[in-house]
Amino acid sequence: MLDLMSGFVAELRNAGLPVSLTENLDAMEAIKQIPLEDREAFKWALGATLVKNAAHWRAFETVFEVYFSLRGPEYALKDDEDAGDFWREMQDQMRQGEGKGGAGAMDSLTQEELMSLLMRALMDGDQAMMRALAKQAVQRFAGMEPGRPVGGTYYLYRTLRNLDLDNMMSKIDQAKADDGQMPQTDLERRLENDEMQHRIEQFKQEIEAEIRRRLVADRGAEAMAKTLRKPLPEDVEFMHASRDEMQNLKKALYPLTRKLAARLARKRRHGRKGPLDFRNTVRHSLNYGGVPAEPKFKYPRPAKPELMVVADISGSVAAFARFTLMLVYAIQGQFSKVRSFVFIDGLDEVTDYFKVTEDITEAIHRVNTEADVVWVDGHSDYGHAFEVFWERYGKDVGPKTTVLLLGDARNNYHAAQSWVVREMKHRARHVYWLNPEPRSYWNTGDSIVGEYGSHTDGVYECRNLRQLEAFVEKLA
Amino acid sequence: MGNRFDSVQAVRDGLKKVNYLADEGIASVAFLADRLGKPVLVEGPAGTGKTQLAKSIADLIGARLIRLQCYEGLDESKALYEWNYKKQLLRIQADKNSDSWSEVHDDIFSEEFLLTRPLLEAIRADDPVVLLIDEVDRVEVETEALLLEILSEYQVSIPEMGTITAKQIPLVFLTSNNTRELSEALKRRCLYLHVDYPDMDREKEIVLAKVDGITEHLADQIARIVRSIRQLDLKKAPSVSETIDWARTLMLLGIEHIDAEQAKETLHILLKYQTDIAKAAKELSSDK
Repeated sequence: MLDLMSGFVAELRNAGLPVSLTENLDAMEAIKQIPLEDREAFKWALGATLVKNAAHWRAFETVFEVYFSLRGPEYALKDDEDAGDFWREMQDQMRQGEGKGGAGAMDSLTQEELMSLLMRALMDGDQAMMRALAKQAVQRFAGMEPGRPVGGTYYLYRTLRNLDLDNMMSKIDQAKADDGQMPQTDLERRLENDEMQHRIEQFKQEIEAEIRRRLVADRGAEAMAKTLRKPLPEDVEFMHASRDEMQNLKKALYPLTRKLAARLARKRRHGRKGPLDFRNTVRHSLNYGGVPAEPKFKYPRPAKPELMVVADISGSVAAFARFTLMLVYAIQGQFSKVRSFVFIDGLDEVTDYFKVTEDITEAIHRVNTEADVVWVDGHSDYGHAFEVFWERYGKDVGPKTTVLLLGDARNNYHAAQSWVVREMKHRARHVYWLNPEPRSYWNTGDSIVGEYGSHTDGVYECRNLRQLEAFVEKLA
Repeated sequence: MGNRFDSVQAVRDGLKKVNYLADEGIASVAFLADRLGKPVLVEGPAGTGKTQLAKSIADLIGARLIRLQCYEGLDESKALYEWNYKKQLLRIQADKNSDSWSEVHDDIFSEEFLLTRPLLEAIRADDPVVLLIDEVDRVEVETEALLLEILSEYQVSIPEMGTITAKQIPLVFLTSNNTRELSEALKRRCLYLHVDYPDMDREKEIVLAKVDGITEHLADQIARIVRSIRQLDLKKAPSVSETIDWARTLMLLGIEHIDAEQAKETLHILLKYQTDIAKAAKELSSDK
């Protein structure tokens, strides 16, 4: 047990969770208090002592699953007997229930029969049946072989492709209509749809878990944990985030902006000593019969910076621009004015989109669909975009303005026009460049970030939320 | 340490009796907090029953709840203890001539002149207490340090009097809305519990338990609609307490079965931003 625990904690640390020695000891103490056969309580005991940040919970769950819940002979790949028994039992029950005769184990089921079973299970919300079906589906479709060096995603893909879950929704709808259970109103239909989607999602997770279980049985916990290791939300790279990761990022962004705003407001209010405020001191001295017992100070109120964001929204860096805009607008109270511009090879101002609606997501959506950013061919042309910017809005750049340039500076070998950035730097308070690419890629291929960067106050690598947050805090 | 609860299940059943429906996680952590004698840091979105958990636990074990509401600018004299200056002054003036200085000096720094604040009160209590430190994320990072001694050693050091150690280890709950990252030192001393929105079935049970006379059908519908709304991309998702408010409203209006119109008209109870309401209303009326 001790060995297992130390392996477990080491893996948590590898996954990026900060687990201190005392927390480790607490965990040991905690599991002594919990009956080991109560798996849920055991998991929570470890979670409460080792994980102190909600964002890390998923990573913890994955590691936990690999280390503690996937043991047992029934998951061995080679003999399917044990797994089969449970399935066969279910099978028999189903048959009796439906009054269909016929012998034969699961293997004799055709794919259609399997699908209709699955549909029934989904419609009835039958958890046990869904689990059994997930097992069967993996066994049948994933084509797992012991020792094959393929990741879990590959098996997942194979299984899902065969199950064709995307069409399941419409099939269920159809079946319901046939049964005459179609809900009457739109609202009910919608709720019903949500419910079904939730169940399908559950089923997918069931399959994923099943695949993981089998892989662990095949390869052992340590190796498996390594392949499953995923970056924490704040470490996910903008440029390579998958759709799920994007969703998580979005969720992580909102609390982060709140935190950031609170922190910035506090920073502005606290910890600054100023010179004596004579008038105020005299006025308060009246309380003490003319003795200036309570000195008052003038606290400097630093002017809030004016911000101009100029963002490349072409393909690869679009996600990064989106996140930066969202972040900036979520804390716009910390700036006296925020103006935003987007470009690909043409440039357009999008400040108004954010003004008319409070909903940042909607504004971003409008930016993506309505802004007029294509000039010739829709490939990034920083030079032309900057030229246009300078021509139209250059006069608005003043000594209070901070300009943020966002992009990877991959200019498709167009003219750089870096004199614009130089001029900007001349007139503005600060010019910063944020680059979502790893530093090692800079100035390779058609990236000319160095040429632009030499005219700015600094080029920052912003590959993930953590780096972006650190930069914004410095900015305000 | 403590042995207030027999098992995780006992905590869960007990909480149910005082009308708090805990999930496995909440019950396990509460159980561990008692066994290990460690404070619990409860984090999660607003309105998911973090404060209520402490109240319910107090209710369950028949303890007095001592609550310290945190805010920016909270200091020692509000959280721990303060000397009663006025009384001390009176004492000195009352017998100016009789006592020697050293006597007076010892005298005015005695218990009689000590004003206990929530933290010290929880430590000194003879009867069972539950200490609730609410919204701990509102105090500044420096003020957090105030809590560290009491959280790890269950004692308070007063320079003039010495160290006061707890007669019994109270259950301590800290809540946080996560507006800022708490310090590592504080987190390390606590068990961590993240309370999220409940899943549909639990939410339904909560509505059934909290709202008198509601029908199963209506509760089910409410839970489903709320879940759908939470999946939207909103500024502020509806909390459990807002769900309960909504259920009560629907009861008052005498609605037995919600249709899209009625849902739209009462949305402002669930959602507090105009943009959110507009979005949810649009979503509810159109089917995907």
